[in-house]
Amino acid sequence: MRNWRWVFTMLLYVGVVLKIGALELGRAQQTERISGSAGDVLEDDPVGRLKVFVYELPSKYNKKILQKDPRCLTHMFAAEIYMHRFLLSSPVRTLNPEEADWFYTPVYTTCDLTPNGLPLPFKSPRMMRSAIQLISSNWPYWNRTEGADHFFIVPHDFGACFHYLEEKAIERGILHLLQRATLVQTFGQRNHVCLKDGSITVPPYAPPQKMQSHLIPPNTPRSIFVYFRGLFYDVGNDPEGGYYARGARAAVWENFKDNPLFDISTEHPTTYYEDMQRAIFCLCPLGWAPWSPRLVEAVIFGCIPVIIADDIVLPFADAIPWEDIGVFVAEKDVSNLDTILTSINPEVILRKQRLLANPSMKQAMLFPQPAQPGDAFHQILNGLARKLPHDRSVYLKRGEKVLNWTRGPVGDQKPW
Amino acid sequence: MKPSLLQQSRRSNSFRGSTPLDSSPDGGGATKSPAAIFWLVLHGLCCLVSLVLGFRFSRLIFFLLFSTSTNSNTGLYQTSPFRTVADIAENLAFSTSLPSLDSSPANRTSGVSSSGVVVGRHGILIRPWPHPNPEEVMKAHRIIERVQREQRAQYGVKSPRTVIVVTPTYVRTFQTLHLTGVMHSLMNVPYDLVWIVVEAGGVTNETASLITKSGLRTIHIGCEERMPLSWEDRHRMEARMRLRALRVVSEKKLDGAVMFADDSNMHSMELFDEIQKVKWIGAVSVGILAHSGHSDEDLSAVRNEGDESNSPVPIQGPACNSSDQLVGWHTFNSLPYVGRSANYVGDRATVLPRKLEWAGFVLNSRLVWKEAVDKPDWVKDLDMVARDEANVESPLSLLKDSSVVEPLGSCGRKVLLWWLRVEARADSKFPSGWIIDPPLEVTVPARHTPWPDAPPELPTSEKVTSIKESSEKRSTKTRTHRSRRGSRSKRKHEARSVDAHVSERHSHEN
Repeated sequence: MRNWRWVFTMLLYVGVVLKIGALELGRAQQTERISGSAGDVLEDDPVGRLKVFVYELPSKYNKKILQKDPRCLTHMFAAEIYMHRFLLSSPVRTLNPEEADWFYTPVYTTCDLTPNGLPLPFKSPRMMRSAIQLISSNWPYWNRTEGADHFFIVPHDFGACFHYLEEKAIERGILHLLQRATLVQTFGQRNHVCLKDGSITVPPYAPPQKMQSHLIPPNTPRSIFVYFRGLFYDVGNDPEGGYYARGARAAVWENFKDNPLFDISTEHPTTYYEDMQRAIFCLCPLGWAPWSPRLVEAVIFGCIPVIIADDIVLPFADAIPWEDIGVFVAEKDVSNLDTILTSINPEVILRKQRLLANPSMKQAMLFPQPAQPGDAFHQILNGLARKLPHDRSVYLKRGEKVLNWTRGPVGDQKPW
Repeated sequence: MKPSLLQQSRRSNSFRGSTPLDSSPDGGGATKSPAAIFWLVLHGLCCLVSLVLGFRFSRLIFFLLFSTSTNSNTGLYQTSPFRTVADIAENLAFSTSLPSLDSSPANRTSGVSSSGVVVGRHGILIRPWPHPNPEEVMKAHRIIERVQREQRAQYGVKSPRTVIVVTPTYVRTFQTLHLTGVMHSLMNVPYDLVWIVVEAGGVTNETASLITKSGLRTIHIGCEERMPLSWEDRHRMEARMRLRALRVVSEKKLDGAVMFADDSNMHSMELFDEIQKVKWIGAVSVGILAHSGHSDEDLSAVRNEGDESNSPVPIQGPACNSSDQLVGWHTFNSLPYVGRSANYVGDRATVLPRKLEWAGFVLNSRLVWKEAVDKPDWVKDLDMVARDEANVESPLSLLKDSSVVEPLGSCGRKVLLWWLRVEARADSKFPSGWIIDPPLEVTVPARHTPWPDAPPELPTSEKVTSIKESSEKRSTKTRTHRSRRGSRSKRKHEARSVDAHVSERHSHEN
């Protein structure tokens, strides 16, 4: 009897203490845990779960290109460069290729910039082919699996289709040699030629220090209902409208240009980041490609992203429950955007804001230097780790060949 | 992404070389087949039609005619030589040879490899009435309000205290002006509020009707004594009124932070946020706007006397040392104004503040309660202080030891309210309640708007000019009258000279 009483009082004591502790935590945090379809995987640590071997390519594939144009470090495709640097000094790197699970080829295909700073993808297929030819002839690991345990970072507009025009990209399709490799790319759209099964979608690069330096105190009241800054009509390339953004951005402008709730314009204000922190909803419509750095900015600044891009695949979709965090609007419903947004229950909006306030969410969208736990680099490694162990079938038998090295447009066959 | 496409126009020339123009030499350079001529003629006709009608008629016809017939296996884009000729002829900037599909469902051959999203031109969907809906605007504002409330709960003051505001007032010309200002400031305070209005001369309907408009919780107290005329007496009376209000706080056991808002002061919203931080008694910096009804003479005299010692803006408030501890007080330097300050209400000279104004202090209401848990021992009992009413100059009289005052507003560096005394003469008249009833008598009659044909009537001109001129003028007037109506060409010459004559005369008179 006495034992029972002791046990009971001990349980009561422990319960009270835990309850107090939980209450205190609740008041301090006001954030919610993010549980994606794969569980609470944002905080997983990939170290120890996989090994990556980094090929030593001649510097003409990476360093020399960067030296020619250092703007590659700050534009939205800079993830390929920072991922290379991260892997070189990461604990998952192994110098022994025999024990590696994944092989990484550091080739900067998105660094051939025009004077305006936009990358030209015309030489990228040749560059990639040349790199693959190099690694297949100098190391046996490519031929062992025909690239099935290799991964490449292709952050360009339409990924490994290497073109900025959607029709042309669809026509080209994914580079044939990358057919079996895993692609880490920013582009993601369901049922699209340029999104391979098993690809890892990552956010575009956004400069972390620049965004941190524009933070305003969190008690500044959010007084803008909907915020957007950017083009509605691309007059240079699509003067009539209807092509650019499939007419969705133009529809936003035509329907809501005189609506006081919608703070939308084409200006480039210096207070862009500060304004986002004062807004409740931030529009992230598609442009020429469905993805945009606005999503990253909205997440960092706690503004609920309103994603207007049909069938888009968002970054780390298996780890982050985007449906709970953002608002998805079909392109055909854009003209009713105000009805849709005002009919959302305020409690739902508050919950979304709490999810956005979760620091692991913000960290997962960034590429900080030096790398921090839980950031986008680690999420990519987590994604790669989740694909392990490799299926036995990826290892080809002796003499078996799957890839056709002469497939693709004639222009790609030229050496780089 | 969108920026990468800015280059398209520059690169488009190279593209033109690769795709569309490939087909055009076939169409144009080779033998002019009747089909080609036919298509050219048809295209010209369509161009004319579209010029008239104003939209892309030709393209529509082409699509409707050819979209169902040609269908490649990718299902989404077609190349037909006719279209490229049309493209070039219409001088488009597009480099693609792809069609622009209006969302005709017949073309949505979504095969396995192509996406469910159609590539190409889409219509811009505009709803029939693309303007804001007032109900939705209201809903959005409610959402914004809810979000901001949540933000305040998270990042603002946790468990905010009720603000108890003490305002002494009395009925006078400037009362509505001052009290409305304070009222609007208090209506914007996001915390719970109790407004104690103490009125000299008893409770009046005018003040009562004014403060009920605020919608705040008010306690309206009347002191039977009338407000005296001289400033000295008035300051003392106000101190007594405030002590009366504190007694009410003590009796009703109101809980919160007590602040003193004189009706002519101006308060910033940050002041109410700072007040929440007070533990027992706090002090904020008050900007003193001592002005005078005279013009520059007074100011220059003041400046001459105390050039070095006078700070640019006089501030009353706590003085801190480098470790943010209270070491003293900044007070208003009234030496330059000796002998020149205002004596009675409505005097044109400068009104001086007291050494330390009540408005700069904030109290925890429990300090004035009779019995309160953990009431500190350095505070005197309110009743004992109230007995010596004549000598109470500032809330510091409530304390035995004035070093316990907490400096607020980042140790007095922020000025959160401004002290001002502007009053009209005591005998000035103003409409009761500022409602004009009965309507005023007409003092200046309105003039009728002159009709364009009738000449303007100037009552003085007839008196000034002699009879001869006036008759001449009358004839010229009629002449101009007729000239405007009738044949202008005939009388124009005369009219012009007459006009000039008349206008000259007018300007002369003016």
